[in-house]
Amino acid sequence: MSTAAMGKRSFGAFLWDYMTTVDHKKIAHLYLAGGGFFFILGGIEALIIRIQLIKPENDFISAGFYNEVITMHGTTMIFLAAMPMMIGLMNAAMPLQIGARDVAFPFLNALSFWLFFFGGILLNISFLTGGAPDAGWTSYASLAMQSPGHGVDYYVVGLQIAGAGTLMGGINFLATIVTMRAPGMTYMRMPLFTWASFVTSILILFAFPPLTINLFLLMFDRMFDTAFFNVALGGNTIIYQHLFWIFGHPEVYILILPFFGLFSDIFSTFSRKRLFGYTAMVFATMLIAFLGFMVWAHHMFTVGLGPVANSIFAVGTMAIAVPTGIKIFNWLLTMWGGQVTINSAMLWALGFIPSFTIGGVTGVMLGSAVADYQYHDTYFVIGHFHYVIVGGSVFGIFAGLHYWWPKMFGRVLNETLGKWTFWLFFIGFHLTFFIQHFLGLMGMPRRYWVFLHDQGLELGNLISSVGAFFMGVGSIIFVFNIIYTAIKGEKAEADPWDGRTLEWTVSSPPPYYNFEQLPLVRGLDPLWIEKMEGDGTVPPGEPLDDVHMPNGSILPFLMGLGFFIAGFGFIYQDGQGSLWYLALYGGLAFAIGCMVVRSLKDDYGYYIPKEELQKALEGEAK
Amino acid sequence: MKGWLGKAKSLLILGALAFVLSGCGRDNLTALVPKGYGAEVSMNLIILTTVIMTFVLIIVFIIYAFVLVKFRKKKGDAVINPEQVEGNKTLEAVWTIIPIILVVIMAVPTVFATFHLADDSDKEDHINVNVTGNQYWWHFDYENEEISTSQDLYIPVNTKVYVHLITNDVLHSFWVPSLSGKLDVNPENVNTMYLEAYEEGVYFGKCAELCGPSHSLMDFKVVVVSEEEYEQWVADMQDFNSEEVELDAVAQEGQELFEEKACISCHATDTQNYSAGAVPVGPDLTNLGDRSRYAGYLMPTKENLVNWILDPETLKPGNLMTGNYPDVTEDEADKIAEYLLQLKPSDVTAESKEK
Amino acid sequence: MSHDHSNLFPETLPAEPEKATLEGKNKFFGLWFFLGGETVLFASLFGTYLALKNSTAGGPASDELFGLGLVFLMTMLLLTSSLTSVYAMFHMRNGDFKKMYLWLAITGLLGIGFLACEIYEFAHYITDYGFTFRSSAFGSAFYALVGFHGGHVLFGICWLILLLVRNAKRGLNLYNAPKFNTFSLYWHFIDVVWVFIFTVVYLMGKVG
Repeated sequence: MSTAAMGKRSFGAFLWDYMTTVDHKKIAHLYLAGGGFFFILGGIEALIIRIQLIKPENDFISAGFYNEVITMHGTTMIFLAAMPMMIGLMNAAMPLQIGARDVAFPFLNALSFWLFFFGGILLNISFLTGGAPDAGWTSYASLAMQSPGHGVDYYVVGLQIAGAGTLMGGINFLATIVTMRAPGMTYMRMPLFTWASFVTSILILFAFPPLTINLFLLMFDRMFDTAFFNVALGGNTIIYQHLFWIFGHPEVYILILPFFGLFSDIFSTFSRKRLFGYTAMVFATMLIAFLGFMVWAHHMFTVGLGPVANSIFAVGTMAIAVPTGIKIFNWLLTMWGGQVTINSAMLWALGFIPSFTIGGVTGVMLGSAVADYQYHDTYFVIGHFHYVIVGGSVFGIFAGLHYWWPKMFGRVLNETLGKWTFWLFFIGFHLTFFIQHFLGLMGMPRRYWVFLHDQGLELGNLISSVGAFFMGVGSIIFVFNIIYTAIKGEKAEADPWDGRTLEWTVSSPPPYYNFEQLPLVRGLDPLWIEKMEGDGTVPPGEPLDDVHMPNGSILPFLMGLGFFIAGFGFIYQDGQGSLWYLALYGGLAFAIGCMVVRSLKDDYGYYIPKEELQKALEGEAK
Repeated sequence: MKGWLGKAKSLLILGALAFVLSGCGRDNLTALVPKGYGAEVSMNLIILTTVIMTFVLIIVFIIYAFVLVKFRKKKGDAVINPEQVEGNKTLEAVWTIIPIILVVIMAVPTVFATFHLADDSDKEDHINVNVTGNQYWWHFDYENEEISTSQDLYIPVNTKVYVHLITNDVLHSFWVPSLSGKLDVNPENVNTMYLEAYEEGVYFGKCAELCGPSHSLMDFKVVVVSEEEYEQWVADMQDFNSEEVELDAVAQEGQELFEEKACISCHATDTQNYSAGAVPVGPDLTNLGDRSRYAGYLMPTKENLVNWILDPETLKPGNLMTGNYPDVTEDEADKIAEYLLQLKPSDVTAESKEK
Repeated sequence: MSHDHSNLFPETLPAEPEKATLEGKNKFFGLWFFLGGETVLFASLFGTYLALKNSTAGGPASDELFGLGLVFLMTMLLLTSSLTSVYAMFHMRNGDFKKMYLWLAITGLLGIGFLACEIYEFAHYITDYGFTFRSSAFGSAFYALVGFHGGHVLFGICWLILLLVRNAKRGLNLYNAPKFNTFSLYWHFIDVVWVFIFTVVYLMGKVG
């Protein structure tokens, strides 16, 4: 379906198409649009924070609102911006990279998106209904229990809905990679991005349930007076911290591993060289994921767990440096001896190496438990994790968008604007966050509404705030680039980067069935192999036959809507009147009703006749 | 674009320079200039890990710069197909084994220091202070001395002082960066650490765990005095009886208002009714006249005190005093302040130690 | 349409009808991954329970509350239902639709029996001991863990009823065989979790 044809249809039809789609490529668009929207929202919140901290004892916003803003900035950026855009990129590229026509559960894929979307909207509506969550993105039990109003209830319910969507997404990708690889695509021939998606999905699968449980416990304590965290009745708030970080630490790797994979693909493509140490890269990814589950308590060094626990988790944390180091050196050696082309996508990848390495080494420094007694909960930590999450994930998102934009939308993003975005963002990023390491050690704890006069913190905070605006301007230029490209951008060929993997074998954007015939994979970097040893096209791995496709459905949207409405019922269940009652049971009944409809109604999908595919193939040949 | 970049670079360099000139932050707040044992142990590890990690960073940056200079495709270069290298076992072994060695070098002293600092077997031989975190103030109860204070913690120099931390409400974290790393203040268990200051002075303490709107204003001070001064201070505090303070007429009125306006139902004004473990509802005002700061962060002027009594909400949003006492006129507040300023049990004060 | 989905309804079923189609295979793997996540879900609840099981806040403790007789009966009901679902899957692979239905129905009845016992048990605690999920941290953790499992049983029973009603007149085919199979896997999982609950909550609560 070409963009031109889309322009001719009415907006309503366009909207309906996206609301009912189960096509992984369109769901990718939805994820990127939704994630991008929340990224802008989170960015505005970040700017508000930096304006408040531009000078000592500033009164730009009130203390209560400041806590709402920091909470929503963290929650939004992690759950509603970085992760969805990451899942969007996975949706866009992973099925193409393994030579599949879609994901294992297309219907579930759509449901994942709508749950994320409605969860995110629910969370943000709290700003309009008398106060957003204000207990920090970690929402530690004692403060979260005490927090007045419904802010924290929004946090609990919104994240529960969005989190359920993410969990489904993880299961979906896992099943897809296990069962739907093209003929010849063995595990050890998968592109690193696919590998990273696989390992990330495992992390999602095992890390999100503790969050689900934790949110349930907090919700029960807040709404139904249970005693999990009520110390007077024998409850224990440390349990919340444990469960949160058993989720929270792997979450960090969920945010970064896919981009390790993506950068591997980018370095390899733009160095015109095979990834150095592929096997080591795969196993380093797995090792990082494994260790990621073993180190959660390094977020709790100051909780008073005792020297034994602190020592074990300190050593474990430092150990993660080893597989991460392997990756950094493998990337450098991938470029070594290659022909390194520098364009926007590659710039982000090149910016990533020094930035992320700084984030990595400060991570090791934080791992030293006794040193962490000083770092913990200060701006040093803020500096560290922004180096990791911005320097890793956000750079990765920008790199991925520049790299796959032609594949996703059929147009190449403007290079000049791309470079402007990069340099402004890159310089702003280092201005903002490098200095924060020092601010922390100079005695500035995190989540401080104001810092006081005459404590030596003025200059550092000013520099940091200035840097934030550079990032803001960089992001605005990127938005402008998107609009500019949509109107005037050059049309993309199937393979604009002289690529190496299967996604570059199909047209840009790909047909809705991806492949007329599933490709035959003859090794790592299948397209490159064919360019070097064959005729430059990947041979088919199956005879031309009818292709089975899933039907679109509005049900995922409706289910999300049902849970969204039920969410309000939960949040206001202590209220007067019967409206909450209606929302709670009505919403749940509606959502479950949709599920029953889905279960009872047979959906065999449909077939694309091979004549149509034949015609498409002939069209391509011309 | 080039010219603009140059500007950005010079801005960056200027900024860095100004930063270096401004030093390592305020002397009695920064962790970078340790003035106590815990802070020093942490600082040693910070230096060790920073040096090792900077070494790693430099190696990565050198290879990175070399690769970019040497292998970048320059304008007009023909497209080539480089050799497709699979990997190199020796190299990969090198960058696996060297990091492992580096990690061991950092891990051993870390583990040693962790156990070392956690050793509290000698706490019976030292001063023990029970610390209670409250939204948004700190209470200090001196074990076996029958005295307690709020906000200002007086300790003697060059000796261990054990603090036993617990919270009355939500999580807090006890942090005096110059003296020692932080420790959380939990509702379910008492956490113990010690302070050992090398120099007399007033050190800034902060709450480091988000505890509500005024989290950033939950400051306290550690006043480090000489051994003799400490003895003197304890004796003065024990002897102090607010009933016996000689008050002028205004202060006298202030004292009556202090009772009339129900201030007294939450705030203690001397240690005559001390009972171990009891935490007053609001900060203990026994030595308010000697306080280094009001409300934890306001300079100790009468004007600030009056403002606080009139409108605590503006000065410390979300504090629990707001709305819990009858209306006070400016004149009344002035009188109460006059009274409170007379509460000066000791000549050993924070003011004399503050640089 | 050149294709009429007749491949889903073959004359004779293959040996493993639940995995004969790509969709079936996806369901099979997808459910296994889902159960992986569920394992962590229950592990988190077990962890919480173990941390709080002695925090009775003066309320009734586990050794006062639990009666092993009833719990033993519940264990037997659920274990047997797992066995009967194995029979059902055995008959599915033989293509014997009627026998599969019979055993699935028995599975469901045993599940309902289990659930009835559990409801009785909870009611007993609440009315005779005043032990609710608000009584103490132990109460909260107990009802959360056991109740969450009970909720899973309830969900399984509803799922089974829907499956049985929907497919009663259709016979076995490649479209619905994976559905029966995934239900059976889920049901085994619920059973395994109960074995852990029986050990960790009831036996250790009574003895330890």
